[in-house]
Amino acid sequence: MGRYILKRFLMMLMTIFIIATLTFFLMHAVPGSPLETERTTNETIQANLEKFYKLDQPLYIQYFDYMKSLATFDFGPSIKDPNRTVNELLERGFPISFELGIITIIIAVLSGVLLGILAALRHNKLLDYGAMAFAVIGISIPNFVMATLLIQQLAVTWDIFPPATWKSPMHMVLPVLALATGPMAIIARLTRSSMLEVLTQDYIKMARAKGIKPVRIVFRHALRNAMMPVVTIMGTLLAGILTGTFVIEKIFAIPGMGKYFVDSINNRDYPVIMGTTVFYSAFLIFMLFLVDIVYGILDPRIKLHKKEGDV
Amino acid sequence: MTKPIADELTRTRLEDGAESDPVAHDAKRGKVAKPKRKRTVTDEKILEVKDLHVTFSTYGGTVQAVRGVTFDLYKGETLAIVGESGCGKSVTSNAIMGLIQQPPGKITSKGVHFKSKDLTKLSKKEMRKIQGVDISMIFQDPMTALNPTLTIGEQLTEGVKQHKNLSGAEAKKRAIEMLNLVGIPNPEERLKQYPHQFSGGMRQRIVIAIALICEPELLIADEPTTALDVTIQAQILDLFEEIQAKTGVSIILITHDLGVVAKIADRIAVMYAGKVVETGTKREIFYTANHPYTKGLLNSVPRLDLKEEELVPIDGTPPDLFSPPQGCPFAPRCPFAMEVCAHVYPEPTHLSATQKVDCWLQDERAKKLIEDGAFAH
Amino acid sequence: MTQIRDDWFHPLAKDGDEKETVVRPSLSYWKDAWRRLKQNKLAMGGLIFLGFLALMAIFGPIFSPHSVTIQDLPNQNQPPSSTHWFGTDESGRDVFTRTWYGARISLFVGLMAALIDFFIGILYGGIAGYKGGRTDAVMMRIVEVLYGLPYLLVVILLLVVMGPSLTTIIIALTITGWVGMARIVRGQVLQVKNYEFVTASKSFGAKTGRIIRKNLIPNAMGPIIVQMTLTVPSAIFAEAFLSFLGLGIQAPFASWGVMANDALPVIISGDWWRLFFPALFISLTMFAFNVLGDGLQDALDPKMRG
Repeated sequence: MGRYILKRFLMMLMTIFIIATLTFFLMHAVPGSPLETERTTNETIQANLEKFYKLDQPLYIQYFDYMKSLATFDFGPSIKDPNRTVNELLERGFPISFELGIITIIIAVLSGVLLGILAALRHNKLLDYGAMAFAVIGISIPNFVMATLLIQQLAVTWDIFPPATWKSPMHMVLPVLALATGPMAIIARLTRSSMLEVLTQDYIKMARAKGIKPVRIVFRHALRNAMMPVVTIMGTLLAGILTGTFVIEKIFAIPGMGKYFVDSINNRDYPVIMGTTVFYSAFLIFMLFLVDIVYGILDPRIKLHKKEGDV
Repeated sequence: MTKPIADELTRTRLEDGAESDPVAHDAKRGKVAKPKRKRTVTDEKILEVKDLHVTFSTYGGTVQAVRGVTFDLYKGETLAIVGESGCGKSVTSNAIMGLIQQPPGKITSKGVHFKSKDLTKLSKKEMRKIQGVDISMIFQDPMTALNPTLTIGEQLTEGVKQHKNLSGAEAKKRAIEMLNLVGIPNPEERLKQYPHQFSGGMRQRIVIAIALICEPELLIADEPTTALDVTIQAQILDLFEEIQAKTGVSIILITHDLGVVAKIADRIAVMYAGKVVETGTKREIFYTANHPYTKGLLNSVPRLDLKEEELVPIDGTPPDLFSPPQGCPFAPRCPFAMEVCAHVYPEPTHLSATQKVDCWLQDERAKKLIEDGAFAH
Repeated sequence: MTQIRDDWFHPLAKDGDEKETVVRPSLSYWKDAWRRLKQNKLAMGGLIFLGFLALMAIFGPIFSPHSVTIQDLPNQNQPPSSTHWFGTDESGRDVFTRTWYGARISLFVGLMAALIDFFIGILYGGIAGYKGGRTDAVMMRIVEVLYGLPYLLVVILLLVVMGPSLTTIIIALTITGWVGMARIVRGQVLQVKNYEFVTASKSFGAKTGRIIRKNLIPNAMGPIIVQMTLTVPSAIFAEAFLSFLGLGIQAPFASWGVMANDALPVIISGDWWRLFFPALFISLTMFAFNVLGDGLQDALDPKMRG
């Protein structure tokens, strides 16, 4: 297990490194690098930029300095606002986005898994068909469409929930719902199909031959095995939820990191785009690392797989 | 339910044993000194299966997997059900065990009596009190029969904990006893391990330990040695004999391997296309088999007392069970097929108190044909 | 009980022909798959909808009396009526016409992304799987690293750098998108590679390229087609998502994402049609592709049938 974690950890560092490098060179490779243009007339900002990116230095020195600041979690200044740094934006926006993301994940996983199990246990019955119809529809409606539909119906027309901002649990309902529907539908479908497959396995048959109670068979024998494919796609789902927060925060005017990110895209505030992209990527890759560890805990055979996976 | 092991041992009696085995088999290589085939075969019927039918509705139609199977099992004996794959032997055992999902499966019978209870009439909940407690099952492939994500300790103890209300410590003690019984060294440490940390043979021993932990009276073993290496197979068969001697458990052994049958069966039921075509003691089946299919089966297996050129495969393939023939299903492959075979399935003929065969050749009219030399192939 | 007649007791003549007759007609793989797909009503519904959508995307804007781009300010924000079936937007442009124009963009982006993924994936995965050994190990390690990159973030970054346009969107989507296809192709190739008929053609001295073309590809096609069917909706979603972030194709042209984005400020005021139609068609299209993909998966992989 220790070696497995170490290997994944090194993989993680490497991917973050690649992302950071890629970001740096992409930003500098553009003809008339966005960092060097006179996008701003503000002298403080110009000074901040030059100080941070060492724009007077050769590219490789700029690169090493940039990597060094990243290693100390310094993501640089903003073009638009002289007194702001990316770090300040992150400090303000990240907790809110994190809250939105975590609540979404918990709800999506719990309800998705539950729905998937119920559908599998009622295979080819009404509940199964209903759940799967719901799931296909959930997968097909993009989160931003879902968000606007929810606002229009539940906030504007029926006035049940507030349409925007992030202040109380009531404010959280619509954005979380909009963001969670897709992942929940995917998890429900996957849980169902993998549960159905696991339920045909010999060890389930053996548990039934032992006269074990159905509840225990489902939750102790089947669920853990059925969860493995779900854990495998958690990475993709997390990425989806993370990028989903961009639009959801924009639509619901939630002052999270995603909103700042979208604003920076619209303003072409390149240093902020760069900083947040690297931060987002690092965060996501770290989450994937955690997912890998969870997978290792779920599957006791992982130590064996390690050998096959190594090159 | 089951009497203590020591008690069983005092009541054992010697049965016609190893020396009469028709297929040559080598000296036992058991590690434990054990009584030679001393067992408690009694006249008490533990299981009576009457006219069992099992069908499955599938995508392509209805499969008649088991079509009227009847047999009895006595306390303490080993009954082998043999036949080619797809003949319905596994479905029969699953039906007894209550493992057929309905639907798509459908079971009809004139009763499957385990002692006094008709298993087909029990609710799922009542059935669970029998599964694993009175009747246990051993599966073919030990690589897939154990849950990869649970320790073998948990898989061993969960049954006794649920059925016998044992505490964790008691259950663990019992589990260690069982691992000792099936010959797994260091049981205490092994309990904490996962299935992938055991070899195939070891896993099958664990599966057997799990099946026996609640001291069942009937053990159904579905091809218990097929997935194992030949040397391991012999060890596992020895283990079966040893356990039967110690516990007096009755065994139904599902197999297509006549070598296995020769080694440990008392009686044999031969199945073909969802029907039991011949039953008899081991001796009767191996020496005085009457059904052409049984004979064909025996001739198609390598034996030390036969030369290689005497090996004869059975031509053709078993019938499609989506639409089984109305007459004898073996008729299309049978060298002695008569017109009657294609029309009507024969009634059983009792050849002795223990041997029974479903074949038109037992009819007087057919015997005359044989005398006339009509089947001079 | 049937009467047992004495004259039935005579040996049955054996003739080889009547023994084994195959009752069920044997269909080719593709015909069989098509038959199964046709039985799946939902998937066929999706296919029909997509056919309809393609027709409307091609001919809709041509037959409409209204222009996609020309503004008609006196008629701004009109609700659906007999002249403007889906209403008009804030510049008085006809939403009906723009919806079909959006279908063009969405389908084009989706299909192009799927096609380019397909070619790169086939080439990369095919070579990796076929060559095996060290080549495979190195190529797949690269794929693994790329797979770990957050897809949409990379796409956003690329678009920020390259500037948003139809071409750059497709480039950005495919630069990271082919990885999934490459993995699938490699997996299929590895599986098919060991089939006996491939060994057979190898032993006849067939060239590598020919073996890939004639043997591997046709046999590995099932999962690849399914993957392509599922790439389309995810590309359509990505395009709409990017448009929604302001990184989509630029005004005055319309994609569904752009239309939905433009409609956002006015949903509070009740101009529902501006959002409703593009949102409906994005969702329906993704739904159609999803159910078609599911149907194809079931049809092309008979093992998985429940």
